[in-house]
Amino acid sequence: MLSQAAIRFWIWPAAIVTGLLLLLWGVPQFLPVRAKYQLTDILIFCLVAGIIFLIAYIRHKPHLLEPWRRVLQSHRAMAAAVVLVFYVVIGLLDSIHFQEPLEGQPASVGHYSVEVPSLFDFLTRSLQEQAEKTYSAPLATHLFVKESVVLEDGTSAQQYPRLEYGGAHLADPPADKWRDVAYTGLQGLLWGLLLWSALAVLVNIWHARTARLSPGASWREIWRGHCHYPLNTMLVTAGILLVVLAILFTLSQKYHVFGTDKVGQDVFYLSLKSIRTGLVIGTLTTLVMLPFAILLGIMAGYFRGWIDDLIQYIYTTLNSIPGVLLIAAAILSIQVYIENHRQLFDSAMDRADLRLLALCVVLGITSWTNLCRLLRGESLKLRELEYVEAARAFGVHHFTILGRHILPNVLHIVLIVIVLEFSGLVLAEAVLSYVGVGVDPSTISWGNMINSARLELAREPVVWWSLVAAFVLMFALVLAANLFADAVRDAFDPRLGRMTRN
Amino acid sequence: MFAYIIRRLLYAIPILIGVNLITFALFFVVNSPDDMARMHLGVKRVTPEAIEKWKEDRGYEKPLLYNSDAGGVGKVTETIFFTKSVRLFAFDFGSADDGRDIGYDIRQRMWPSLAIALPVFLVGLLINITFALLLAFFRATYIDIWGVVLCVVLMSISAMFYIIGGQYLIGKLLHLVPISGFDVVGLETIKFLILPVLIGVVMGIGSGTRWYRTIFLEEIGRDYVRTARAKGLSEPRVLFKHVLRNALIPILTGVVVVIPLLFLGSLLTESFFGVPGLGSYTIDAIQAQDFAIVRAMVFLGSVLYIIGLLLTDISYTVADPRIRLS
Repeated sequence: MLSQAAIRFWIWPAAIVTGLLLLLWGVPQFLPVRAKYQLTDILIFCLVAGIIFLIAYIRHKPHLLEPWRRVLQSHRAMAAAVVLVFYVVIGLLDSIHFQEPLEGQPASVGHYSVEVPSLFDFLTRSLQEQAEKTYSAPLATHLFVKESVVLEDGTSAQQYPRLEYGGAHLADPPADKWRDVAYTGLQGLLWGLLLWSALAVLVNIWHARTARLSPGASWREIWRGHCHYPLNTMLVTAGILLVVLAILFTLSQKYHVFGTDKVGQDVFYLSLKSIRTGLVIGTLTTLVMLPFAILLGIMAGYFRGWIDDLIQYIYTTLNSIPGVLLIAAAILSIQVYIENHRQLFDSAMDRADLRLLALCVVLGITSWTNLCRLLRGESLKLRELEYVEAARAFGVHHFTILGRHILPNVLHIVLIVIVLEFSGLVLAEAVLSYVGVGVDPSTISWGNMINSARLELAREPVVWWSLVAAFVLMFALVLAANLFADAVRDAFDPRLGRMTRN
Repeated sequence: MFAYIIRRLLYAIPILIGVNLITFALFFVVNSPDDMARMHLGVKRVTPEAIEKWKEDRGYEKPLLYNSDAGGVGKVTETIFFTKSVRLFAFDFGSADDGRDIGYDIRQRMWPSLAIALPVFLVGLLINITFALLLAFFRATYIDIWGVVLCVVLMSISAMFYIIGGQYLIGKLLHLVPISGFDVVGLETIKFLILPVLIGVVMGIGSGTRWYRTIFLEEIGRDYVRTARAKGLSEPRVLFKHVLRNALIPILTGVVVVIPLLFLGSLLTESFFGVPGLGSYTIDAIQAQDFAIVRAMVFLGSVLYIIGLLLTDISYTVADPRIRLS
C-alpha cells in the first residue's frame, strides 16, 4: 500500500511521464505523418522517464538530496550542465522519428515515404536539402575543386564554379560576401540576444517568486551571485551558447557555415546530427550494463562463497581481454550476423540502428566489470553492518535484504560511475568508428566524420573543416560531461575518484 | 614465492579457457563458418562449392565440437574447436586469410610496437609523476586548481585530435620530422619515433597527472606525513622521500599490469604513423575481417594481461619488503 505522502510524491513524475507519452502518441494523430520508433528511440524515452522518476525519488530523500544540492551550487558544474542541456535537447529532438505520406497522396491511403526523418531533421530541413556537389570551405561561395565550366563565349575553362546554395544570393561574391556575412551575423546576434532576454526574464520571474522579491531586487541578487544557485553563471553560459547558435543558424540559412563534405552535405548539419549518436552511446551503454553489474556485484559481495568465486571468475575473464579487441571481435560477429540476416530488417536505417544498439551492448559488456568490482567491495563491507545482520537474524529473505538494505546504499557508486563513464564512451565511439568496429558507416557520427575527413588531410590546401567541426563539438560535450562528473563525484564521495579510474 | 607463482599460473588456466570459449563462441557459434564464408564472398552470388572451398582453405570444414566421421581420438581432435581454439594454448595461431603464418608475423611486429610503446610508457610515467608531485606540492592553491582544470581539458580532447594535430603542426608546418613511416635500420629509426612518442606522451598527461595527484593527496593525508613534518623536514623532502616512496604500491597497481601489454602497441598511433607493429596489424585484420588474426590477438592480449597481474604481485614484494607472497 502506498501512503498518502508517497502518492503525493509519485503523482507528479507519473503525470509528467504520462503527459509526455500522450504528447508523443497524440500529436502525430493530428498530423499527416506516421510516428516511427526505433529501438534506440524507445530506450532513450525509457531513460528519460527513469530520470524523471529518479528526480522525484531523490527529492523526497533528504540524504540523497544533500549531495545534489552541492552539485547545483557549484558554478563550474552548472555551467557544464547548461551546455549538456543544449546537447540533450538536440539529441532528444533527433530521437523522435516519423514518416511522411508519399507525395501527392493523402495520409489515409497509408503509403508512406521510405525516409524516416526526425523532428530535428524537420527543423533543419533547409540545411539538409542545400547539398552542393562536393567540398566547399566554410562560408565559401565557390566550390573547393576546379571544374570545367562553359563560358559565355562558348569556350570551356577550368574554374571554381559557384555554389548552388552557399551565398547564391550574392551578385558579386568577392565584393559583397564579408559585408553580407557581417550583416547576417549581426541579425543572428540580435536574435540570440532576444532569445536570451526572454530566458533571463523567465528565470528572473521564477527567482522573484520563490525568493519573494520584487523583480528588480531579484535581478540584482542574481547578478551579484547572492541567490542560492549560481544563476548568474548559468545565464552567462546560456547566453553565450544562444548567441553562438543563433549566429550560426542565421548564417547557415544563406551559407554553409562549416563548409560541405565530400558529397556536398552541410557539415554544420552533420556535426549537430552526430550529437544523438554520441549521447546514445554514452547513456544507453550504461543503461544496458547496469542491471548485470548491480545484480552480480551486490550478489558477489553479499553471498560470498562459490557465488562470489563464479562472478569474480566471469569478470576477471572478460576483463583480461583487452577492451578494443573484445569489442572488435563482437562487432565483427554481429556484422556477419546482420549481413546474413538482411531479411529481418525493414530498412538500412533499422540495420544501422541495431548496430548502434549492439555497439552499446558490447561496450557495456567491456565496461560493466569495473562497476561490478566496486559494488562487490562495497557490499562486502555493508553485509557486516548491524542493520543487515539484524535483518538476517529476523529471517528476512536474502533478496529482500539485497533490495532494501544493500541496493539503496550502493546507488551513489552506481551514479558516480555512470556519470564518470559517459565522457569516455563518447570518445571511444570516435576511436572505434575509426578502427572500423564502431557505428554503421551510414550512421552520422563524429567518429565517421573524422574517419572520412582524415583521408583528405593529404590534400593541398587541407580540407580541415569537417575534422575541426567534429572535434570541437565532441570536445565541448566531453569537457562539459567531465566537469559535471567531477562535481558529482566530489559531492558524493571525494575518495571514490581513485577507485574508478579505468 | 616460487610456489606462489606456480599457483598463480595455475589460476590463469581457467581464465584462459574462459577467454578461449568466449572467442570460440563469438567466431564459430554466433556465426557459423558458412556465414563467414558468405560474408567474405559476397552474399548475392555465392555457390555452395565456393563456400566449401573457402572453408577448406582455412580449415573450417570440420565439425564444430564432435567429429563422428573420424575414429578414436580424432572424434575430438578433428574438429574446429580443437584445431582452431585449443591449439592457441600452444601459441600455434595458424595462418591468416592471406596464408601468412600469424605466429611469425606477431614475432616480427611486436618489436616496432615496443619501440614506440615503451618510450611512451617510461617518459609518460616520469612526466606524469613529476607534474602530479608539483600539483600536490602546490595543493589547494590556484596553481593546483587550474592545473586540475587543465588536466580535465587535456583529457577531454580526442586522441585522434592529438595525433592529427601533432602530425600537422610538427610534421607538416614545421617540417621537423617525417609525418609518418618507419624504418628498422639503426639510428635512422629514432627520426621516425620522435613524433609518435611525443604525441603519445602528451595524450596521456591529462588523465595520468590527475590520477597520480589523487594518489599523492591520499598519502599526504596520512599520519606518517604529519610526523615527518613535525620532525622538521622540509616539504620537498617529505614529498620526494616519504610520500613518493609510500605511494609506490598504489602506483604499481596501475602501472605494472600494462607493461606486458606494451607489446600489443597502440592501435591509433600505429595506424596513423604507419608503424608496422601489432597495433596496425590488428587494425588491418579488423578492416579485412580476418577472423583468425583477431582471434589470435584476443588470446595473446589476455595472456599478456594475466602475466601483467602476476608481475604486479611480484613488484609489490620488491617495493615493500613487508609484503610476502605465499
